[in-house]
Amino acid sequence: MLSEVNLKKFEELKKRYPTLKALILPVLWMIQEQEGYISMESMRYVSELLKVPYGHVFGVVSFYTMFHQRPVGKHHIQLCTNISCSLLGAERLYNRLTGKLKVKAGGVTSDKKFSLEEVECLGSCGTAPMMMINGEFYENLDEARIDRILGMLK
Amino acid sequence: MRRASIESWECLSKMEDLNLILPNIPHLHRLPTYEEYGGGYQALRKALGMKPEDVVEEVKKSGLRGRGGACFPTGLKWSFMPKQAEKTKYLCANGDESEPGTFKDRQIFEFNPHLFIEGSLIAAYAMGVKTTYVYLRGEYHRWSKLLQRAIDEAYEKGYIGENILGSGFSTEMYIHRGAGAYICGEESALMNSLEGERGYPRVRPPFPAQFGLWGCPTTINNIETLANVPIIINRGADWYSKIGALKHTGTLLFGLSGHVQKPGVYELPTGVLLTDLIDEYGGGVPGEKKIKAIIPGGSSTKVLRGDEIDGLKMDAESLKAVGTSIGTGGVVVMDEDTDIAKVIWRITKFYHHESCGQCTPCREGTGWMEKILERIWRGEGRAEDLDLLLDVANNIEGNTICALGDAAAWPVQSFLKKFHSEFEARVKRSAIAAVS
Repeated sequence: MLSEVNLKKFEELKKRYPTLKALILPVLWMIQEQEGYISMESMRYVSELLKVPYGHVFGVVSFYTMFHQRPVGKHHIQLCTNISCSLLGAERLYNRLTGKLKVKAGGVTSDKKFSLEEVECLGSCGTAPMMMINGEFYENLDEARIDRILGMLK
Repeated sequence: MRRASIESWECLSKMEDLNLILPNIPHLHRLPTYEEYGGGYQALRKALGMKPEDVVEEVKKSGLRGRGGACFPTGLKWSFMPKQAEKTKYLCANGDESEPGTFKDRQIFEFNPHLFIEGSLIAAYAMGVKTTYVYLRGEYHRWSKLLQRAIDEAYEKGYIGENILGSGFSTEMYIHRGAGAYICGEESALMNSLEGERGYPRVRPPFPAQFGLWGCPTTINNIETLANVPIIINRGADWYSKIGALKHTGTLLFGLSGHVQKPGVYELPTGVLLTDLIDEYGGGVPGEKKIKAIIPGGSSTKVLRGDEIDGLKMDAESLKAVGTSIGTGGVVVMDEDTDIAKVIWRITKFYHHESCGQCTPCREGTGWMEKILERIWRGEGRAEDLDLLLDVANNIEGNTICALGDAAAWPVQSFLKKFHSEFEARVKRSAIAAVS
């Protein structure tokens, strides 16, 4: 369910589009920000809210890689391994991360503190290699910085 | 945290001459600075005093071509929009920026968002657009907030909204956030995504100017393209058309990455020498190593060998002449130690991941290519793999609804062609290893 604040936002957003269906991405974003992920129950709620079939909501959620269908860690780490990052050692960083966190890409640590994902180009090629944690960009990385960053995250 | 943009800013400030889109003016992202030092919203004022068709004509005369990769003439694209339409007209500003090697539009959102906003407003006026949606890739959340602040400032000062500057013209501007899909940078997939569908590209015709968002006339322009518009209106098409290459005018935001000393975004006139971009601006290759390969305009563009770049100019026509394209201006430099097979495998893995799955040749073919390339890279390739790979690539190219199929096939075809002996040697080595 959308929170009261988000419901108000939803009413405002309605004015921007000629159809309810167009609000699916904004609404899914609000839900993910509230809940951390998008459950089947949430998808049923969105289907009713926007008057579109459940299957359509599921189709949209599963199409976009940024929507999580199950909970991720408190700190969701997304490491870019695309070309420019790869040229500058993204694999070494991947090994460092998996070594320290003891999870592979797609995994969540047992204390639910960290989750790791390998992702495609995030538009930081000039400051490669890079990763994104909970939406924040961390750039010009090396192993020492990875250690420092992980140490800083509580 | 050290941020990319600050470094790029330093890079930019070294060139005083033609920093039209990203001039070195501190705090330009704030409206008062933009108004005082950046000539802010003077172009909008000027455009609102012109006839809409004269604005389109001026942009046509400037020679401005799209900065999203296809280089389509912007004024011509605008002229496809019906002058009289019963339906609402829309503009989509494409900020999906997801082509590997491309990181330029985010500089505009960060350092000169009002230039882009002003350009969009002029475009909206020229085409009679009621609503502009700025489609931003989901990962650019930070830049989305920066842009929203600038849009709010512009609303407050009456540059966006009802009866803009007393002209009688009204238009709205909203940010729409994507959620992680490269394909949504393809214009018809972008429209489907905005409508609340999966980001599937549409079959054309009908073209967006006739049947776009919700079946209404729609134009889709890249962020950097729109940021050029106020410059053209302010300084005039004649002045603008003298910058850079004859058939591809203006400056480009070149994104330099990979094996260079000083990666970053450099604004330079089209037609700049690729070697100057790499050596003079990018500080050359670390360790003075030789260049093995260069991707000239984002991962979809065909690769060049290091021995092919002497005297090569960076503009649409010059790159077309050597069988590749300027794309988004994202230049990726690879030094002599680079494992070419690994690079093309990684690029292909990306296209496989991003294929929307609508067309069989692309959905299946990208996966096959990834598999074959992975075994070649790992030294498990077979002698027939190179022909098979080319066969798959050739069967994707031209056989899909949108250009993602071509974008996946071109790198594979060109890497195989340009580094054929290296690939041959590698599959031969694996064959010998398998026998012994």
